[in-house]
This record gives sequence, C-alpha cells and structure tokens, in this order.
Amino acid sequence: MAFVTFLASSLKLSATFLYGSTGEIITEKSGHLNLGIPGVMSVGAAVGCVTVFRLLKAEVASGFLLVFLPLLATLVAGGLMGVLYSFMTVTLRANQNVTGLALTTLGVGLAGHFMNGIRAESMILGRASKYYTSLFGINSTNWFVQVFLSHGVLVYLAIIIAIATQIILNRTRIGLHLRAVGENPATADAAGVNVTAYKYVATIIGSGIAALGGLFTIMDYMGGNWEYILEGFGWLSIALVIFTLWRPALAIPGSIIFGGLYIAAGFIKGISFAQIELIKLLPYVMTIVVLIFTSIVGNKKAQPPASLGLNYFREER
Amino acid sequence: MTEQKKIREPLFRLVKRTNQSAWLPWVVRIVTVLSSFVLIGILTWIAYGVNPLNVYGYMLTGAFGTKFKIMRLLRDLAILLLFALAVTPAFKMKFWNIGAEGQVLMGAFCCMVCIFYLGGKIPNGLLLLVSLIAALLGGAIWAVIPALFKAKWNTNETLFTLMMNYVAIQIILYAIKIWAPSGTGILTPSDFGHLPKIGGDNFWFSIIVALVMTALMFTYLRYTKHGYEITVVGESENTARYIGINVKKVIIRTLIVSGIICGITGFLLVAGINHTVSSTTAGGRGFTAILVSWLAKFNPIGMIFTSLLVVFLSKGMDEVMTMNGVTNSFFSQVVTGVAFLMIIGCEFFINYKIIFRSRSEKSAVAPVQEAGAAEGSDETPALADTTPPEEAPQTPAEDVAASDDAAKEE
Repeated sequence: MAFVTFLASSLKLSATFLYGSTGEIITEKSGHLNLGIPGVMSVGAAVGCVTVFRLLKAEVASGFLLVFLPLLATLVAGGLMGVLYSFMTVTLRANQNVTGLALTTLGVGLAGHFMNGIRAESMILGRASKYYTSLFGINSTNWFVQVFLSHGVLVYLAIIIAIATQIILNRTRIGLHLRAVGENPATADAAGVNVTAYKYVATIIGSGIAALGGLFTIMDYMGGNWEYILEGFGWLSIALVIFTLWRPALAIPGSIIFGGLYIAAGFIKGISFAQIELIKLLPYVMTIVVLIFTSIVGNKKAQPPASLGLNYFREER
Repeated sequence: MTEQKKIREPLFRLVKRTNQSAWLPWVVRIVTVLSSFVLIGILTWIAYGVNPLNVYGYMLTGAFGTKFKIMRLLRDLAILLLFALAVTPAFKMKFWNIGAEGQVLMGAFCCMVCIFYLGGKIPNGLLLLVSLIAALLGGAIWAVIPALFKAKWNTNETLFTLMMNYVAIQIILYAIKIWAPSGTGILTPSDFGHLPKIGGDNFWFSIIVALVMTALMFTYLRYTKHGYEITVVGESENTARYIGINVKKVIIRTLIVSGIICGITGFLLVAGINHTVSSTTAGGRGFTAILVSWLAKFNPIGMIFTSLLVVFLSKGMDEVMTMNGVTNSFFSQVVTGVAFLMIIGCEFFINYKIIFRSRSEKSAVAPVQEAGAAEGSDETPALADTTPPEEAPQTPAEDVAASDDAAKEE
C-alpha cells in the first residue's frame, strides 16, 4: 500500500518538473538557455497565489474560477518574465547566462515581495487548494485509480502540454522552423523564417508553461502552503531538460523518476534523519550520471540545439 | 536608381561598433548605474510609499551609518569579492562554472570537519593550518571534477557544476544531522579554530585576505603566462590549439585555481566569521558573484566596485525595509535584480550603434549614394562611397573569428 502512495506522490510531484522542463525545452529549441526558470516559477506561483487570495477575499466560491483565473494570471506573469528575458537576449543580445541568473534573482525577490503583502493571511489559500488537488473527487482504494486518476487538473494539463509540445516540435512546420532557428538561425533567416519572432514566442510560451509549475507546486502539491522551495525545483527542471535529451515526451517518465527520487526518503522505513539527507542526493547524482553518459556516448540525436546560448545578429556572419 | 528606392528601409537598423572610443563604454555604464538608482527610488516609492529622496538617505545610513555597519559592509564585500575572484578565471575561459556555491560549501565543510573533530585536541595554530589545507582540498576537488569531464568528454559544465552545488548542500545537511542530533538542524558555533583578531575586530583578517587575493588575481590574469593562456582559450579554442596551448590542461589547471580560491573563501567563512556551517553558508553568493565578475569585465580591480555596488544595494535596501517594518530581504533582491538587468542590458548600447532611417530616405527621392555617404561618414568616410550601408567594415579581429567559425564547421 505504501508503494501505491509512493507512485501516486511521484506522479503528482512530477508535474512541477514536467511544466518546468517542457517550458525550458521550448525555449532551448529556439537557441536560448533560460537560467531564469527558477525565478519565472517563483513569480508565477506568487502571482497565482495572490490571485487566489484576492478571489477568496472577494468571496468567489466557484471552483472553476478559483482554478482558471489564477492559472491565467500565472501564465501572464510567466509570459511577462519571458518578454523581459527575450527583450534582453534577443533584442539587446545580452549574455544569456548572466541575464538568466539576474532574472532568477529578480524573480525570487519579486515572489517574496508579493507574498509579503498577504503573508499574515496566506493560510486561507488552503481553502482553495481542494479545487486543485482533485479533479474527479474519486476516493477509491483501487491502486490504479489511486496512482493515475486521483490527481488534480494541473497534473493532467502538464502531461497534455508535454505531449502536445512533442507533436508540435516534431510533426509540424512550426516545430520544424523552431528547431531550425535553434540549430542555425542564419540558415533559418535565409530561408525566410522570422528568427526574432520565433525566439520571442518560444521564450514567452516556455516561460508561461514553466510558471504553471510554480502554481501547481504551491496550490496542489503543498496544499496552499507557501514555502520558498521553487528555486531548487526550477534548477532541477533545467537539469531535467538534459536528462530527457530535449524531448518533452521523455520528460514525462523523466519527471516521474525525479519526483520519485525527491520523495523517496520519506517512504523508506528504518533510516535515520541523517540518512534521509543522503537519499535526497539521488536526483542530483542521477542527473550528473546522465550528463556524463550522454557526453561520452556523443549520440548525434542527443545533442543540444547547435546554437544554444549564442545570440544571433544578422549582420555578423 | 529610383526603382531601388521603392524598397522601404526599416525604421532603424543595428551596426556593430568597430572602433570604439575608450570613454564611451564608461559613460554608458555610469549613466546606467545612476539611472538604475533613480528607478530603484521610484520602485520603492511605488511599493512602500517612501519618499524617493529619503530612500537614498536610508540606503546610505544602512550601509555606512555606524562603525558596526561599515564593518559588516566590508565583511560582506570581502566575501562577495572572493567569490567573484574564484569564478573569474573560469569565466574568462568561457567555462560556465555556476558551482562556486558548492565549491565554497565544500571548503567550509572540510574546514568544519577538522574543527569539529580536532578542536581542543591540537594547538589552535596547527588546527587552523590543517583546516585551511582541508578547505583548499575540498574546494579544489569540487571544482576539478566537472573540469575533468569537460576536458575529456566536453560534458556540459553549467549543469554539472549546478548539480554539484546540491550534492554539497545535501552532504552538509547530512553532517549537521549527525553533529547536532538535537533535531534543530543548527550547529552551534565552535569555540575552536578562530582566526586571530586584527585591531580588535573579527573581520579584518578576511578583508585583508580578499584585498591580497584581488591583487594576486589581477597579476595572475594580466601578467602571467597562465593568464594569457586563459584569455586565448576564452577567445577561441581553435586559436589556442593552433598556437600550441594544451586546452585540456588549461581547463583543469584553471578550475583548480578557482577551487582553491573557493576553498579559501569557505575557510574564512568558517574560521573567520561564522565558526559553524549550514546549507546557507554560501547564501546564493556563488550566483551573484558571476554577475559581479561579468559586470566588471572580469577585471579583479573593477570587481571591488561592482561587489560594492551589490553589497551597498542589499544593505541599503535592508535598511529601507527595516524602516518600513519589513524584516526580510526580498525587496533588496528585487532591486538588485533590476539593477543587474539594466547594467547587463546597457552593454547593447556599447556594442551596437542604432542607425535610424534618415529623413531623406523616408521621402524616398534622395539617391542611394547620398544616404550611404551620410551614414558612412559616421565611421569611415573613405569607405563611404564603396561600402554599401548594410556592411560594416570588417576588422581583422572579425576576420579571425570568421575563419575560426569556418574551421569549427569543418
């Protein structure tokens, strides 16, 4: 029985990583390494929580509105962070790594600042949490239902987005253009693809999706309790992109593994509190191992987009 | 001629600046820093209703108000500077080491291991020496592992070093749970292994070490063969290989240097300042240091000023917040982020020139050559007649870069 709970919890937490890494994959496919994802997730979560708070204060009782409006607000907040990042790196051609780190500083700070405003009463967020945590309201003892059907809407949305992203990237013209922009922007430009537009849109959509991960983590996984844990989740999501070799479909099992490793310590009986900390090492060590493995194998299909991290200036050939 | 003009030129276009004046970058940067302070004043005004003019007053008192505050500022400045010095050689080589956090934590951890197990059993001087060596080893090993894989298999160092941060944090959490079994998760400061006080103050030792290291790093990067090799590898690995530099050796050696400085920083944090260790000993400074180093263009002397800017912003904003009854430092993180983004963004105006469509082109009657001459005259009048406006004259440096790219593609 404990194993069923473990699987269910892994699948649940996986949504955080799945949103973050799907968003980052879309951004990286356009050739931009957005290290601001932790900040984007934090801001998204904070804006979503503040929206929930305002709705609760306004006595909105509709579960649909309590989920849908914060979701929209989170998307917009994440998208705006994406606009900022792409303005810096696409238009101003600033260094991507430092811009991303500065965005993380800004985002984590902003999230704390927003949450400060409602800190005294943030407990009431828990009241809206039930609309996030269960979609069907099924309370069955059947293991299959518990593992796969007991989750909130945001878990399923994450999986749908990941599959849709996989299809769009590999099966549509838009995806082909996007990949071309990430591999070789000069060639894409010569072929008539609007490189700037693709980079902007990919970054903005990617940031919006990643921000949803923040909202999910607080409102669903944490049950409405705000904690400053999103920065670490954000970094893990970026790591997961490499772990999954830039494929959103692989990110689904990948994020479940990450989720499982992250919570594994709580499910192993008879170990000390100290040993729990050692087990929490696993997701990071696994990522390092995969990182090393993919670099040694050097498979052509497992490589990052060729122009990842390089800004494109048309007149510079 | 008239047919050509029917193609509308865009409103403005960008040209890479080729022959820069020495003063222009600094004018742009200083104007940016000043305007970021104006923006910070406005933001604080919007967020907390503080009169923007008072904000600067509070910031100054918060940073320099009392002797204690000045010492605290200098201490934080010294530590941030050391972090920045540690990441600099690797970054100059374009090795994206975002693991200074973990490297310092490992240095601090190894130092604490010595103090915890040997404290009181051996004389203080010997204890300090042993823990210094342990800290250096800890930092260096943590830095050299990603470097080895980068050199051998070109493993992505950004994520490798990032993951190593978390491994270090978990190791420290594990050790603290063993050392402090009370369940509080906090290790009480040790009475052993304290660095000597200079001038009756705890922090001078760290500040002096930071200054000495700054001078050493400046010399190392500018006047030694190692520093030259780092610069060449950073500019172009192919060039480095061509002139006979062993790139792998340079990567590994440079990361050992980085790791050793991180070890020193960790040692100072434990033996000189905190006398204990926690998962937040490094406190995110490994990331801030990258920005500090980058903003100073990897110049160690410049980093004194950029880290002063960062520490001043955070201490100053903390004071503003305290005046408003806010006890956390999130808003100071916000303003730091805003200032960073503005300064990063301003590089654009240093590297590129925006050329607006001239009036004569808009009316679409003036001949092409006149427009070309008007724009060309900004840079090289001699070339104006022959060079079409789209192509900026190439410098030899660009030629090298272009041929380098070509070599990469083969």
